[in-house]
Amino acid sequence: MVTITRKRPAAVATEPMGFFTDTTVCIGCKACEVACKNWNQLPSTHGGVSEMSGDSYDNTRKLDGTHWRHVKFIEQFTGPYEGRWLMMSDVCKHCVKAGCLEVCPTGAIIRTEFDTVVIQSDVCNGCRACIAACPFGVIDINHVSGTAQKCTLCYDRMGVGLEPACSKACPTDSIQFGPISELRTRAQKRVEQLKAQGEARARLYGDDPNGPLGGLNSFYLLVDNPEVYGLPAHPTLPSRHLKRSGALSVATAALIGVLALVGIRKRRMEEKEGVMNV
Amino acid sequence: MSDAFFTASPHWTWYIIPYFFIGGIAGGAFFLAAALEWFGHPEDRPVIRTAYSVAFWGAVISGILLTIDLGKPLRFWHMLFQSDNFPRLMFKGYSPISFGAWGLMLFGLCALLALIKGNKIIAGLGGLLGFFLAGYTGVLLTVTNRPIWSDSPWLGALFLASGASTAAATLVLLAPRRGATASSIAWLESFDTRALVLELILLIVFVAWLWPIRQVWLSVWGAVLLLGVVGAGIIWPLMLRWRPRPGGAFGNAAAMVLVGGFLLRLVILLASNGIQHETVTAIVR
Repeated sequence: MVTITRKRPAAVATEPMGFFTDTTVCIGCKACEVACKNWNQLPSTHGGVSEMSGDSYDNTRKLDGTHWRHVKFIEQFTGPYEGRWLMMSDVCKHCVKAGCLEVCPTGAIIRTEFDTVVIQSDVCNGCRACIAACPFGVIDINHVSGTAQKCTLCYDRMGVGLEPACSKACPTDSIQFGPISELRTRAQKRVEQLKAQGEARARLYGDDPNGPLGGLNSFYLLVDNPEVYGLPAHPTLPSRHLKRSGALSVATAALIGVLALVGIRKRRMEEKEGVMNV
Repeated sequence: MSDAFFTASPHWTWYIIPYFFIGGIAGGAFFLAAALEWFGHPEDRPVIRTAYSVAFWGAVISGILLTIDLGKPLRFWHMLFQSDNFPRLMFKGYSPISFGAWGLMLFGLCALLALIKGNKIIAGLGGLLGFFLAGYTGVLLTVTNRPIWSDSPWLGALFLASGASTAAATLVLLAPRRGATASSIAWLESFDTRALVLELILLIVFVAWLWPIRQVWLSVWGAVLLLGVVGAGIIWPLMLRWRPRPGGAFGNAAAMVLVGGFLLRLVILLASNGIQHETVTAIVR
């Protein structure tokens, strides 16, 4: 449990803050989901009527505009008594190089003094560019506000010295909140501990500041491949194709221009020939 | 597995598909008008006038479609001005939607000026903006993390070629009613044929580029791409140009080019929209 000192003015740049989620101690209670919905006053879906997914004990299914936290149930079973449950409380990764922030055409998506990424709902016009740009499928439209929404890492709570609602509610400390540098050290120790206990698959995802997207301010401890948890192995920025795609389009435009001019020239030549023949 | 499979669909569907189609036609029409304004004959004037009308009304319809597609349509101006610091401009050169919003606005302005009183300068500027409008939509899709769209850099080029061919086809259908001569229509048809061949080549390159994720075409959209876009929208019109035959819309090469152009946007958008990350995750586990 972490408490931010109240003496620090919110407007002054602080150390990057974020989450470290240790999936090995998640029990799938979904207290984080409830706390998130409660604090952020997110509406229910289907008018509050429960809808079963039909193929999993997880009925939330995905992160979207009204589910900013989602506890994934990864049911790896080969038979009734053979297999294991993996559980992971998923959330916006607050990427150090954020694709959503890059493409947002209205300036609604900003980086805060805590190095987190926040969508300003009063600026967003719901164009949905950020949804397609996010490498993790985190963002979606909130149909009540009509704008794109996602986890704010409880920006309002951090501003007054409180920790985010989800990590506060987590009964096993699977979700840990704090300064990123501190969380990285803690996470590394936990990986070593798990490996010493024989869990050779233990690994961190998104902790490397030199890795994809400059590191994630919400990073994870996993015990299987990232894809199994629904995470891309090599998340990238959407702008990676901008120059190449733009250059190919300009070249094609030039080619189309030449095609048009060749046609006009050919017509002129034919008309000249016609006049001379007459 | 492609990392793009773990992303969410932006639900760009029934307003954006016609926008991509109409925007392509409007952009291509202005370019064709510019080419004829600079290098054509005086007798091409009816085609030029028709092209300016198509460009202007295309820009108007595009603006309306884009606005009603927003979650908050009354905030459309947030694309152009900083909502907190009005009237400071909002422009991000590396965000395709941002420069697209400005591009469409300037294109519409040029189309209006050209319609009122066209000259070579406005035609040249509008023609360049027309290229931009026809092609940026493909670049916009590429600059995402979605499957199919971000897996190839060729979409902008493909949409440009399709915009050029559908614009020429639209003018072939509309310009005769405004008194276009046989010589002008013949030029449009010959340009359309060349643009179709270019589009076919670019489409083949685009599909070949997606070979690592070829399973995405094992759906109804793969069939529509092959039969609707390539068969009915490119090969069939090319055959009709080579050997015309009667038979209503199916015998009209220009009409079939328009059908193919629309289906191209439909397939590209819906084939990607159909891939949902939660379904992919369920398969992987």
